[in-house]
This record gives sequence, C-alpha cells and structure tokens, in this order.
Amino acid sequence: MNTDRIEKRVVLRAPRSRVWRAISDAKEFGTWFRITLDGTFAEGRTVRGSHERFKVEMLVERIEPERYFAYRWHPYPNDPAMDYSAEPMTLVEFTLEEVEGGTALTIVESGFDRIPRARRAEAFRMNTEGWGGQIKNLERYVS
Amino acid sequence: MSRSSGGAALKVTDAVPVFTALADATRLRLLGRLSVDGPLSITRLSEGTGVTRQAITKHLYALGRVGLVHHARRGRERVWELDAKRLEKAKRYLDQISAQWDAAAERLRAFVEDQ
Repeated sequence: MNTDRIEKRVVLRAPRSRVWRAISDAKEFGTWFRITLDGTFAEGRTVRGSHERFKVEMLVERIEPERYFAYRWHPYPNDPAMDYSAEPMTLVEFTLEEVEGGTALTIVESGFDRIPRARRAEAFRMNTEGWGGQIKNLERYVS
Repeated sequence: MSRSSGGAALKVTDAVPVFTALADATRLRLLGRLSVDGPLSITRLSEGTGVTRQAITKHLYALGRVGLVHHARRGRERVWELDAKRLEKAKRYLDQISAQWDAAAERLRAFVEDQ
C-alpha cells in the first residue's frame, strides 16, 4: 500500500528524440496535456498555465536532455480564491529510455503523503468535484 | 464541467485525515498485519514489534478515529479489525489522479505516434 506515489510506464512507438520533444517543449507538452502554458521550460523556472477551469504552476526542477524531466506542482485543480503558494508540491518525473521498437516512458508523481499534513482540510473542499469532472472529460477524449 | 463522477470515492475533505493517519510506519505495519491476519488483540499486535502496548494502543485509536480500524469483543478479549472499505475509499482518491495520468499518457502516445 503506497499512498505517496503514482507510477506509470508506457512504451511509445516513437523515437526517443520525438518523445523528448513532446515532453520538454512547453508548447508540445501543452498540446497533449491540454493545457496552455505561458513560457518555455528551463531549470528553476516557474511556468504558468491555464486549463479550462483552473490554473497551474509548474516549477521546473531538472532537465537532462533526452532522458529526464522533472517539475513540481500542486496536483489538484486550484480554487481561484485560495492561495496555495506556501503549500508542499508533488514532484512529477518523466524518464525516457530507448527500448526495442520505441521509447519507454516512466511517469512518477510523488509527495502525496506530505500534503495532508500541511494542508488544512477546508483547502480541499472543492477539489473532488474538480477531479471528477476532469476525469470524465479525459475519458471522453481518449475513448 | 459536470459534477463528481467519483461518487464512491472518499470526499477529499475526508481523505485528508485518513492520509494523515497513514503517514506513519508503525500504523502502516499495523494495517498490513490486520489485513493479513484478521482481527487481533493488542497483545498479539505488539508482539515482536519492539513497540510498547501503550504505543500500539495509541496508534490503533488514531486509526480508529478516521475509521480505518475498529475494535470488537471476541470472548474475553478485545480485538482490532481492519475496516477495509474505508481504506479502499481513501485509495480511490489516489486512483483518480492515477487515472488522469493514464489518460494523459494515452494522449501523449497518440501525439508522438501519429507522425
């Protein structure tokens, strides 16, 4: 039972350089992630973005070309009325690896255990609805 | 955007104390033990752990307050039992985020494979 991290691994039938561009280029990232980002990714830089209903901030942690990209963010759709800036963020890591026939991509989001300790319960109040609706949209998109 | 599709999942407000209660190695071990061995007394639960019965009791009450365990009588002894449903609901909350990543990864696949 691990409540701290989510891990995904997929093999994509595309060259590693192609996958790398889709992840490390903010414009391309925004296209498949369905988010509009306002800048380019660079280590230490905060890139702001907006979704249909909420805003996100991605703090770029590390970029190792063609291999590793990591950023921190608040994993929940934000309540515009709340100030989340002082709260702990989760870490999202993309790791690329060449495999036969394409590129293996591992996505890890970790740090969930730290959030409940720091965040007051009321800060969460509307997020369930946000994710619920979001997931429905995603299901529609991929199906 | 429509309202929650995660009807069965724990409300986020409720998930907070559950995750807080889980953020402790002894408590996770207690839950693991209860899920494998079923209802157990405090004496049994503290055996071989190097943790005092008093400390175990405190942890069990902390888990009990968020509904992860409850106690019952079995003959003369009091046993503690896992409330798996509650745990399952808390897990579902992470599953929602997990599902979002699955969907995002599939969109990425379509994006890089289609050219």
